[in-house]
Amino acid sequence: MRLPILVAAALLGNATAVHAAGWSGRIGLEHQHFWNDPQYAGQYSDYASAFIEPKYNAEWDNAKQQFNFSGFARLDPRDENRQHADIRELEYLLIGDRYELRAGIRKVFWGVTEAQHLVDVINQSDLVENPDGETKLGQPMLNLALIHGSGTLDFFVMPSFRERTFPGTAGRPRTRLVVDEDQASYEADKKNRHVDAAVRWSMSAKGFDVGLSYFYGTGRNPRLLPRLVAPGVTVLVPRYDLLHQFGVDATYVDGPVLWKLEAVAREALGTRYYASSAGFEYTVSGVFDSVADIGLLSEYLYDSRGRVATRTDITPSEFTAPPSHLQNDLLLGMRLGFNDVQSSQILVGVIPDLDGRGLTYSIEAERRLGETWKVNLEWRGYAGSIPANDVLYATRNDDYLKLWLSWYF
Amino acid sequence: MHKSFSLLALAALLACHPAYAGPAEDKGLAIAKEASSRDSGWGDSSANLAMLLKNKQGEQSRRDMRAKTLEMPADGDKSLMIFDTPADVKGTALLSFSHKTADDEQWLYLPALKRVKRIASDNKAGPFMGSEFAYEDITSQEVEKYTYKWLRDEKLGSQDVFVFERFPVDASSGYTRQVVWMDKSAYRIQKIDYYDRKQALLKTLTFKDYKAYGKFWRASDMAMTNHQTGKSTQLVWKAYTFGAGLSARDFDQNALARAR
Repeated sequence: MRLPILVAAALLGNATAVHAAGWSGRIGLEHQHFWNDPQYAGQYSDYASAFIEPKYNAEWDNAKQQFNFSGFARLDPRDENRQHADIRELEYLLIGDRYELRAGIRKVFWGVTEAQHLVDVINQSDLVENPDGETKLGQPMLNLALIHGSGTLDFFVMPSFRERTFPGTAGRPRTRLVVDEDQASYEADKKNRHVDAAVRWSMSAKGFDVGLSYFYGTGRNPRLLPRLVAPGVTVLVPRYDLLHQFGVDATYVDGPVLWKLEAVAREALGTRYYASSAGFEYTVSGVFDSVADIGLLSEYLYDSRGRVATRTDITPSEFTAPPSHLQNDLLLGMRLGFNDVQSSQILVGVIPDLDGRGLTYSIEAERRLGETWKVNLEWRGYAGSIPANDVLYATRNDDYLKLWLSWYF
Repeated sequence: MHKSFSLLALAALLACHPAYAGPAEDKGLAIAKEASSRDSGWGDSSANLAMLLKNKQGEQSRRDMRAKTLEMPADGDKSLMIFDTPADVKGTALLSFSHKTADDEQWLYLPALKRVKRIASDNKAGPFMGSEFAYEDITSQEVEKYTYKWLRDEKLGSQDVFVFERFPVDASSGYTRQVVWMDKSAYRIQKIDYYDRKQALLKTLTFKDYKAYGKFWRASDMAMTNHQTGKSTQLVWKAYTFGAGLSARDFDQNALARAR
C-alpha cells in the first residue's frame, strides 16, 4: 500500500510546492444575428447558443512539472454540428534547463500576422466555432524543445489527426453544398493515423523574433470535393492531402513600429505554391490627450496561385490545394485600446481585394463588466461585387453581428 | 603660475560648455548611483502583488499578479509578470527585458490564442493594466535612464532625505521630470512627484512599509495618486523571496508561453 504512494510522490517531486492549482474557466451565452435572409434551405437569421470552457492547472516540483486541462462544449439548438465538445488541452510538461518535454493534447500557435495565419499548421480549425478558423481543436502530440540561449528548436510528433468541423445544414455561414464529414478521405494510407511531424527553430535577439518551420504530414486544410450521394443530392466531402510546408515568421520592433512577415512554401499533390503576409503595426500612445492607444495595421496578402486560388470553378488538375480568397489583398486595420479599468478594446479591419473582387470587413470589440463578466462583439461581412466563381460567393449574404457574454471563474 | 592660469582658463571654458554638468548634477548622479549600488547583488526575486484601483467616486477594482525579476549583470532587469485576476485575464503574462540604453523589449502572452506577441516599445507612458502606474513606472529603473540634479536636503516626516530631480532620457517618456525624495540612511525612495509633458504635477507615488530582506530594502506598499483625475492605485507586495536560483531560462519565451 505504501509503495505506490512513494512512487507517486517520487514522480510528482516536491508536491508541497504545488502552486496555483485549481479550476478556472468561463461560461457564456452567445447570440448571432444575420442581416439578410438565409440563402439555403434549413438556415435561420438568428442563432442562440451557450458554451462552457473549464480549465484545470497544476504545477509542482518547483515549477518543473505542469499539468493542464482545458475543455470546451457548446450547446446550439439550431445547428446540430455546432453543438459539440472538445478536449482542447490535456498536457503534461517537464521543464529542464536545456529542454522542455510537452506531451498530450495541446494547442501550438505559430505566427505574427493578423489577417491570416499562414505558418500556423499544427492545430486543426474548429471551423464550426468561427468561420475565420482561428478557434482550434486540441492536437495530440509529443513535443520536445531544445533550448540554447535565446534559441529554441522544437520537434513535434503528431500520431493522430483531427478532422475539421463544418457547419451542418442549418448552419450559417456555410457552403452552398453541405459538407459531409463522415465521408472524409485521406491521401495517406494510414488515414488519420498517419504520423505527422514538424520542426521549428526560433530565435530572439535585439528587436528581432524569427522562426523557421517545416511540417510534413496530412494538411489540416482539406479540399472540399463535390460528390453525388443520391439522385439530385450532392454533398461536399473533405479530402485531406499530404503536405510539405516550409514557413518563415519574423517580427522586428523599432520604437512604435512592429514589422511583421509570414511566408510559406507549400507542396501537395506534386504542385508547389507560395503565400505570404507582410506588414506592420504602428502604435500611437496617448491619443487625443487621453491614455488610449491607437494601432494602425496594414498587411499585404499574396498567394502565388493568383486568381486560381480564389476560384471555385477551376479544373481538377488545377485543384491541388484548398482555395484562399487572400491572394492579392490588402488589410487596413485599426486597433483602439482604451487602457481603461474595463480593458476596453476595438479592432476594425477591411481587406479589399486588389483585383476589385469586393472586400471583407471585421469589427471586434470587448469590454469587462465588473470583475468577472465580459462582453464581446464581432461584426463581419462582405461588401462590393464578388464574382459567382469566387470562394466567397457562397457566403456573400451572410454578414453577421455576434454578441457574447461570458462569466469567468 | 603659467600652468595654473591655463588650468583656470580651461576650467572656465568647461563651465561655460553646455555639456558640463555642474555640482548639483554631479551630486544627483552620485546619489542615484549609490542607491543603485546598494540595491545590487540580490540576484533574483519573486513576489505577489495586489493592485487596487480607485476612481474619483471611490469605486474599487482589483488586480492580482505574480512578479519574478532577474538581475542582469551588465544590463537592466528581466521580469515576468503573470496575471491572476481579473479572471478574464488569468494566465496572461508579460515578459520584459529592460535595457540600460537601448529600448526595452516586451512580449505579451495571450492564453486564449496561445500567442506570444512582441509589443512595440514606445508605449511606456501608457497605463499598466488600466491603473495609475505607467509601464515606465514599474519597469526596472536603471541609472542610465535619467539625468539628475540634486535640489536640496530636507526632512520628510522624521527622516532626513535627499531631494533630487531626474529627467527621463527617452523622448517617449510621459514625463518631463520627476522629483524624488530619498532617505539618507538607506538610500530608499520615499516619494516621487511626476510632472507631465506640460510640466504640470501629474502624480505622486508614496512608498511605505519598507522591509529589509538581508541587506536589500523593499517597500510593501506603494500608493500612486493622480492629482489631475483624482484616481489612485495602491500596490501591495507580499511574499517577497530572494535568491530562489532563477536563471535566464525562467525569463525566456518558453517560460512566458507556459506561465499559468
